[in-house]
Amino acid sequence: MKAPRFEYVRPTRLEDAIGALAKHGSDAKAIAGGQSLVPMLAFRLAAPRLLVDIGRIPGLNQITVGGDGIALGALVRWRDIERSDELRRAHPLLVEAVRHVAHYQIRNRGTVGGSLAHADPAAEMPGIAVTCDAQIVVAGVRGRRTIPAAEFFVAALSTALEPDELIVEVRLPPWPQGRRWAFEEFARRRGDFALAGVALFYDVGADGRAANAHVGAIGVGDVPLRLAAAEAVLERKLLTEPLIREAGAAAAASVNPADDIHAPGEYRRALLGVLTERALARAAGLPLRESA
Amino acid sequence: MSERATVQFKVNGKSCAAEVEPRTTLADCLRHDLGLTGTHVGCEHGICGACTVILDGAAVRACLMFAVQAEGAQIVTVEGLANGDSLSPLQASFRKHHALQCGFCTPGILTTAHILLSEEPDADENRIREVLSGNICRCTGYVQIVEAVLDARAAYKQKTAASP
Repeated sequence: MKAPRFEYVRPTRLEDAIGALAKHGSDAKAIAGGQSLVPMLAFRLAAPRLLVDIGRIPGLNQITVGGDGIALGALVRWRDIERSDELRRAHPLLVEAVRHVAHYQIRNRGTVGGSLAHADPAAEMPGIAVTCDAQIVVAGVRGRRTIPAAEFFVAALSTALEPDELIVEVRLPPWPQGRRWAFEEFARRRGDFALAGVALFYDVGADGRAANAHVGAIGVGDVPLRLAAAEAVLERKLLTEPLIREAGAAAAASVNPADDIHAPGEYRRALLGVLTERALARAAGLPLRESA
Repeated sequence: MSERATVQFKVNGKSCAAEVEPRTTLADCLRHDLGLTGTHVGCEHGICGACTVILDGAAVRACLMFAVQAEGAQIVTVEGLANGDSLSPLQASFRKHHALQCGFCTPGILTTAHILLSEEPDADENRIREVLSGNICRCTGYVQIVEAVLDARAAYKQKTAASP
């Protein structure tokens, strides 16, 4: 369908964008890549009176890699991440997850900030943000604040952003050398939203045991999840096939996905268990027999 | 409400201007205001890929952006691929391999494959299939499409080698 009527402004200063959002409140929506918002408009699921195009505000499209971690500006596109040799070294999990975002053409337009603000429960970037303890920096009329990813996603398509606030950047903590990691997701067709997905990493201590295990899941709840039960299974342990099975079972047991038109909840739960096992096996470099 | 705005950009090397409502997609602007009906509109919500055009060197879905967002951009549509009446090497390869039936999805596949091979003339079958997963064809089953793109690589490799 055609989008409903709206007015359009394209400020070139962040303050002006925030001002426009503050003035119009929930009647206004920010747009950048538009890869989530334009379909919402086409389906008439959203009908803002004003679109504030933030796509040409300078300075918001920077990728910064430093000792204190990685900062991705809100306007960084998936293609920028995919093509960054620096990020492949500095955060391989992020790059691998982004390769799974939608399709080639969508990755050429879609932005980091747009995906976080849209907050689809099966989207990769929100999942990476929650898995990696990201901090989301937002700016509004009352100034800037930093929101931990774990508090940013409130419900499906719903975030802690106020109507006048814009995402400025997302910060990911530094990624130490030697960290083990994997990303796995399953979708029926390439580029669809995943029925379930897992992002995980752990560090390896001098004794060879896993430490600082982070296991995150997408597509199995209202928001991206951290799976504390699966993390606890791994902590201070050597990764073996029985341990991987145990962590997979713990992951599956710790979620309660709802039934929907795409899959029964029980299917998503079982899938999450299998994906967790596969991801851990890949991270550990262990062969894994497919369970019967 | 939603006053019309004038938008200017280059399409296939030619400066164009159109007066559009903000809600007019780039796809509709190209077709209805500029008469470039080679860009096809299938799903209108970013799933099918038929409307793919090349915007500032990147393949994008013309139904997922508004014409006003393309202000100042350089756009290439399927009409811009051929040199006059002679088919581009990619188009000739599609003809040779019978890589289309009804042709509805073809403009989006040609624009996508053209920019892919321009950037990655060594793209292998997996990469081509991955990229074309964003273009839905309901006739051919993709086998001949992939063969045509693979076969066209030689022309893009020559072009890359020839450029300084």
